[in-house]
Amino acid sequence: MHVLAADTALVFGRYARQTLRSRFQMLFGILMPLLYLVFFGPLLRDLPLAADASSWQVLVPGLLMMLGLFSASFAGFGIIVEKNLGVLDRMRATPVSRLALLLGRVLRDALLLLFQAVLLVVAAVAMGLRAPLPGVLIGLVFVALLSTAMASLSYAFALRVRTPQEFGPVVNAVTLPSMLLSGLMLPMALAPGWLDALSRAVPYRYVVDAVRAAFTGEYAGTEMLWGALVAAAFAAGAVTLGTRVFRGAGA
Amino acid sequence: MAILSTSGLARTFTTKQGPVEAVRGIDLRVQPGEIVGLLGPNGAGKTTTLQMLTTLLPPTGGAATVAGRDLVADPAGVRERIGYVAQSGGVDPQVSVREELVTQGRLYRLAKAPAAARAAELAAELGVEDLLDRPCAALSGGQRRRLDLALGLVHRPELLFLDEPTTGLDPGSRADLWDLVRRLRDRHGTTVVLTTHYLDEADALADRIVVVDHGVVVADGTPRELKQRHAGSPGASLQDAFLALTGRRPAPAQDPAPLSV
Ligand SMILES: Nc1ncnc2c1ncn2[C@@H]1O[C@H](COP(=O)(O)OP(=O)(O)O)[C@@H](O)[C@H]1O
Ligand SMILES: [Mg+2]
Repeated sequence: MHVLAADTALVFGRYARQTLRSRFQMLFGILMPLLYLVFFGPLLRDLPLAADASSWQVLVPGLLMMLGLFSASFAGFGIIVEKNLGVLDRMRATPVSRLALLLGRVLRDALLLLFQAVLLVVAAVAMGLRAPLPGVLIGLVFVALLSTAMASLSYAFALRVRTPQEFGPVVNAVTLPSMLLSGLMLPMALAPGWLDALSRAVPYRYVVDAVRAAFTGEYAGTEMLWGALVAAAFAAGAVTLGTRVFRGAGA
Repeated sequence: MAILSTSGLARTFTTKQGPVEAVRGIDLRVQPGEIVGLLGPNGAGKTTTLQMLTTLLPPTGGAATVAGRDLVADPAGVRERIGYVAQSGGVDPQVSVREELVTQGRLYRLAKAPAAARAAELAAELGVEDLLDRPCAALSGGQRRRLDLALGLVHRPELLFLDEPTTGLDPGSRADLWDLVRRLRDRHGTTVVLTTHYLDEADALADRIVVVDHGVVVADGTPRELKQRHAGSPGASLQDAFLALTGRRPAPAQDPAPLSV
């Protein structure tokens, strides 16, 4: 356990320094949710989206999930470059823990996304969001969990392709439908029956509902329970899969 | 007692076009302190063999004992005892030479201070001490290769695998690298298994040459023995022996003037 922690810290340090070298990368992921916040958010202000919540309490949880979905799903991009440089095989030839090779990277991704999520919430408060602090903190925990899961899947997939050109289109083909189907922009409660049913196959659907509940101060309802279960299961499954890929081929 | 022994080591890749038998069955024994050259044309299966022996690629057949550990049953034990320098090296161009060396030491579980000390020591030994704080991108081809070698040596492995160590280097840098490898063996007794498709390199550097073609060993002996056995006389060129063995001309040496070997 101690060895795993030390290895993870080492790998995390390497990639955290990489991120800090590129300030641009640190802010890039936040651009899309920020644009939605500023140019789309005001349109919703007077719409009756939920009985007991402001439109900001509905939209901002969705934007947080959007941040976690899009940015984290592109995490694998960098590892394709590293694989082609031989950095990955150089590391895999050392005794370092295979799980740490994944966790160190994913931890960097999750922290970067948390940083961006905090910026987004601050911007949202400036736009008019009012939500209880514990609810916002719970939302951030969900962002971290989902980023971990999505980044792990992204690394697992990136290790199976040869070029960034193979990687990008597949990621786009997964993220956009996931975003629409999980009701990140508008709650699925507004959807016709078939769409609502379809959306239940997407993990993000449960989590965004849980974060919306948290933003209105409901911490003990069924939404929270489902969201927590789905997020935990999704993260555990994704990390297991990612580690298996790091251990095995990597080819 | 051999430091490396394999029997029937094989790897078949499954591709959309069907199975590719990259390595069909390699039998190899290497004694401690030997420098062994795996010589073969491109596509012979040299890299695949090294990737199996360094635990990066699981074999689909056969068995191997590497540095006293079973390759399949104890890959972690193998990793602790061997060093590996891939053909492409493996440094991030944005990262500094020092950071790469220290990180590599830490990946081999050295504590912080010993890893820093070892980085300085290796940099001095391999002549990159003035470059420690430059990004890897700033190094010349020869300097890069020496850094790659240093990364494979941070934990003083008893057995070192080098994949095409001098491909793409100018003649001066090649000779420097050969000297470094010889010095490593003479000073530290390190066993070295390297691949090459250059006859002059195999002839100049290896105590023993294992000729690989189509994923199997087709000849094994000292350079002198190979020339005697396959080209008729110890004075013959290794090129003649290689031609007799594989029916193909090997890659020419990189020097413009063909080296007679
Ligand atoms: N991942 C792979 N998938 C399919 N075929 C491969 C793969 N890696 C290598 N090969 C094939 O295996 C053979 C041996 O390759 P390699 O070990 O790289 O040869 P060498 O290093 O001697 O040039 C080649 O025909 C190569 O195309
Ligand atoms: Mg090769």
